[in-house]
Amino acid sequence: MKNIRAISIFSFIVYSLWLMASPAQAAEKFFEIKAKKFSYTPNIITVNRGDTVKIRLLSEDVHHGFFLDGYGIKTSAHPGMDGSLKFIADKPGRYTFRCSVTCGEFHPYMVGYLVVGPNSRFWLFAAIVLVIGIGSIITLNRVKKTNG
Amino acid sequence: MADKLFGLIDLNWRFELTKFKLIRNLFKSRWFPLLAIILNLFIFVIILISGLIGGFSAGNYNFGIMIVWILWWVMLMFVLVPIFSRAWCLMCPFPVFSDWLQRGALFAVTGLKLKGLGLKWPKALKNMWVMNILFLVTTFFSGFFTVRPLATFILLGGIILLAFLIGLVFEKRSFCLYVCPVSGFQGLYSQFAMAEVRRKDPEICKNHKVKTCYVGNECGYGCPWMLTPFNFTKNTYCGMCLECFKSCPHDNMAFNLRPPGVDLLVDEKRGLDEAWKAFIMLGIAMVFFLTMQGPWGFLKDWVRGASLTGYLTFISLHTAFSLLIVPAIFFFFSYLSKSFSGAKEVSLKKIFTNFSYTLVPLGLGVWIAFSVGIVLPNGSYILHIISDPFAWGWNLFGTRSVPWTPVFTGALGYLQGAVLVLFYLFSLAYGTRLSKQTYPTDGQAKRGWIPILIFLTLATLAFLWLYIG
Ligand code: SF4
Ligand code: SF4
Ligand SMILES: [Cu+2]
Repeated sequence: MKNIRAISIFSFIVYSLWLMASPAQAAEKFFEIKAKKFSYTPNIITVNRGDTVKIRLLSEDVHHGFFLDGYGIKTSAHPGMDGSLKFIADKPGRYTFRCSVTCGEFHPYMVGYLVVGPNSRFWLFAAIVLVIGIGSIITLNRVKKTNG
Repeated sequence: MADKLFGLIDLNWRFELTKFKLIRNLFKSRWFPLLAIILNLFIFVIILISGLIGGFSAGNYNFGIMIVWILWWVMLMFVLVPIFSRAWCLMCPFPVFSDWLQRGALFAVTGLKLKGLGLKWPKALKNMWVMNILFLVTTFFSGFFTVRPLATFILLGGIILLAFLIGLVFEKRSFCLYVCPVSGFQGLYSQFAMAEVRRKDPEICKNHKVKTCYVGNECGYGCPWMLTPFNFTKNTYCGMCLECFKSCPHDNMAFNLRPPGVDLLVDEKRGLDEAWKAFIMLGIAMVFFLTMQGPWGFLKDWVRGASLTGYLTFISLHTAFSLLIVPAIFFFFSYLSKSFSGAKEVSLKKIFTNFSYTLVPLGLGVWIAFSVGIVLPNGSYILHIISDPFAWGWNLFGTRSVPWTPVFTGALGYLQGAVLVLFYLFSLAYGTRLSKQTYPTDGQAKRGWIPILIFLTLATLAFLWLYIG
């Protein structure tokens, strides 16, 4: 009984996620990102799945890089010498972009986020957590009923 | 009826590894774990030298930084603590000099009388508080020692020196039990570990009148961690030094594999000190993520001390968050638990303390997920630094010119999500059992559990959001 209930809730959530995740009208998005020890501006960029993303990377102090997790692409920029990237955001979720050129002591922590929405990856795990939490209460109460 | 974890694994299940002759003989040999300690001492000397040479420069190509903050940390969080309990302490080189001094020998058993002043550790400090504070204070400098070779040199050198000095004055492993900054969280999370050192047959211990595992004999020293090997019941304070395997004439000590987490149900020495350890670890994980893996430049400027006010703001907020805010939120939910349960006779302190152990699996999961986010992008530095540990242009293993190569970063978010979910499950499984321990009746236990369940769910969602949301 509880399993059936849990499974139906779960499939409902997954189904709605799937609906949400179907790509909106694909567009072209352009971002100019400034790199400066040890952060990027803007530090979080948001696009929709399927968008074509163009990035121009500018450095305001030293040689900085830009490596995008999950997509495995990179570029770099010197002051006055921009870098550029173009790709299709086909993987949903939040991906970190990180500096790929040693630029100072905090270089390994120089990161920003690309959010390819809808972030179905996050919502999927959040849904699992909620289903487990609610499911566990239902299970406990079911045991209570059979006991007494 | 056997109590089964997730209805699958019997909590009393044990598999004794020391029943194999090879392992038993290894554990009884005085060479083990001494050889492992000496090997690690050798690596630590290289770490210290490279830290000194690397000085104040950027540390991502520094041997010390990478071995300690990537390799060691990840081994600790992925394997050593969650699977083998205090396996790091087994091979830790920090206290080797004080052991040597106290015993007058590295290898041999020289007698029951130890050298050094051998004072007793003050009673009021026989808990985790010193370690809690020391560890928290250590994290104030996270923006230095994880990136500046010299800072790692000072930190590790300081720990070794402190271990030696405390060993000079206080008895046995007082340093490890009450001071070492990396001891507390290992102790806390080793309750989750899938391995343990325990005595086998209580009858044999009962009939063995001279407890040689405690006082020592010609084959081994009495428990350096001042436990009573013949009857201790949880991993937290067992340093896995294996002396008791050597000093037990009846071969009555065992090294067991077991289901993860069973010590969480052991109601021994539970206290606010251990509870706070759990809060501090959660708080630090959040602060570390925000400052190291978050995209906010101003936070980075705070922790790296770009300005004094920024740095002091960081220290104050970090301390307040880990020491006060996290416990306060948990206290609120404990209070709700008490009112929901309707159990007037159970003290709030007991509810608060007992349920704080539900944070052990979750906290471990949070740290594992955090560490995945460090090792996948940055693990490749290791290949470079092992070939050229002192940045002198060496190429010992031919891997010097391997460039920085992040791996599996597309899977990173899924891994982190899966780890959090898995350890959330463990927290729930043990939480319901802890609730039954805390409240006298079944009904109270079920009602009192709900607020704690809500807390754990919210905490998991918060970390999920932080890591991948
Ligand atoms: S408590 Fe600290 S110093 Fe002692 S063995 Fe463990 S890690 Fe090493
Ligand atoms: S019980 Fe004591 S002697 Fe035995 S392994 Fe643990 S710390 Fe060492
Ligand atoms: Cu940079």
